[in-house]
Amino acid sequence: MVTNTKAPTPIALAILVATRKGAFILTADKTRTHWDIQGPHFLGQIVQHLVLDPRDGKTMLAASRAGHLGPTVFRSTDFGKTWAEAKKPPQFPKAKDGQAGLAVDHVFWLTSGHASEPNVWYAGSSPQGLFRSDDGGVTWASVDGFNLHPDRSKWCGDPGQDGTPDGPKLHSVTVDPADAKHLYIAMSSGGVFESVDRGESWTPLNRGVAADFLPMPDPEYGHDPHCLRAHPLFPDRVYQQNHCGIYALDRNTNRWDRIGDNMPETIGDIGFPLVLHPRDPDVLWVFPMDGTSVWPRTALQGKPAVYGSRNGGKTWQRFDRGLPTAQAWFTVKRQAMCADLHDPVGLYFGTTSGEVWASFDEGENWCCLIQHLPHIYALESAALIPPTRRPAAILRSSKSIAQ
Amino acid sequence: MNVNLPTPLVDYTSGSRNVTANGKSLAELLLDLDRQYPGIRFRMIDEQGRVRAHIKFFVDLELQRDLNFPLAVQSEVMIVAALSGG
Repeated sequence: MVTNTKAPTPIALAILVATRKGAFILTADKTRTHWDIQGPHFLGQIVQHLVLDPRDGKTMLAASRAGHLGPTVFRSTDFGKTWAEAKKPPQFPKAKDGQAGLAVDHVFWLTSGHASEPNVWYAGSSPQGLFRSDDGGVTWASVDGFNLHPDRSKWCGDPGQDGTPDGPKLHSVTVDPADAKHLYIAMSSGGVFESVDRGESWTPLNRGVAADFLPMPDPEYGHDPHCLRAHPLFPDRVYQQNHCGIYALDRNTNRWDRIGDNMPETIGDIGFPLVLHPRDPDVLWVFPMDGTSVWPRTALQGKPAVYGSRNGGKTWQRFDRGLPTAQAWFTVKRQAMCADLHDPVGLYFGTTSGEVWASFDEGENWCCLIQHLPHIYALESAALIPPTRRPAAILRSSKSIAQ
Repeated sequence: MNVNLPTPLVDYTSGSRNVTANGKSLAELLLDLDRQYPGIRFRMIDEQGRVRAHIKFFVDLELQRDLNFPLAVQSEVMIVAALSGG
């Protein structure tokens, strides 16, 4: 579907694709019918995340490392025409003499800061670390309230044993749109934590979440959240796709509810990504994966499908029209699914086999935008011409999931 | 002294694989390289001062793992990005 013969003008929407071998930018006009591709950027480099700052619409950061070299962050302010490396990439504090100290293996996650803090960005790393930039990604500082917290190693576990196969990660860094000081992070492993003082102190936020790989029944931390999302307009509604199910959290209760129990039993509630409707906190989508026996983590039965709920996870609907009907064994990674701001909402996911799939009607119908890209790590949507519909104001505790 | 760089680092040197730098040790040489080509050192040496997994330093064709290894003015330094998979 992507074509180079009829480039979209003007570009209204971009899907930023981060892959194991570089980055690509898919662009579309406002109708989402004409698509083009830019790239590769950083060909051969491992790009974990590519994000456009929604506050200024021009600053783009890429978390990158080459196979041989250490991690860094690149920055562009001209939509990828030119890139400059961060003058001080994210790095842990130097350890005291005689101590081993942590080193960033790769920057995994990038999040632009609160609307009131225009140059602030956060980065999450592998192993689990949190970093902040106050100058638009040029220089990065350790968030010592987390990285040097005396309980950090207890929370994060053994980096060799308790992480994901390619290294334990701090991801899903989320800034409360109603409060710049309020941050969420999620760690694989470690669990979900929050800070109400811009990262100075942290509290586990995992009550009600299963961790069936741990011996204790309701541990305070040590969980494996795969993807955490707080709703941008109703930030007291938080969802997560966990290693052990799909959960919703209403901050009125502060206990996670396993809404994945309402998924069809034959499908289960294991997966990596979770995507929210940009305007309706009751609407979300997931991409179930095979979590049986040895955890293949592929599309179930080789028949990929998105599942969506329009009532906060009480009931779920299968969406597979247009997707492969058999022998499709790809995986969709935790940051490789996103939504745009259009109405109806566009949904996109990228696969480990290098395909980008899109639905322009909230999941009802799917088409393949592009094939043959490298293994896709992350997709992010970016509105270059925001849809005309104005977003509603941010609401606090507006409604509970049970309504 | 002459320093030969692996291809993954030539983005820092405008494409050149052969540059000159000074230092009485490998550690000092890396600091001088970073002064000339900002950012290049961190791609080879982590924040704890450890050599990254796939980086190797050869001085006069001998592998040297200690960054305090002394260098002479006429030393030939080769930095190698070793195998790192597919």
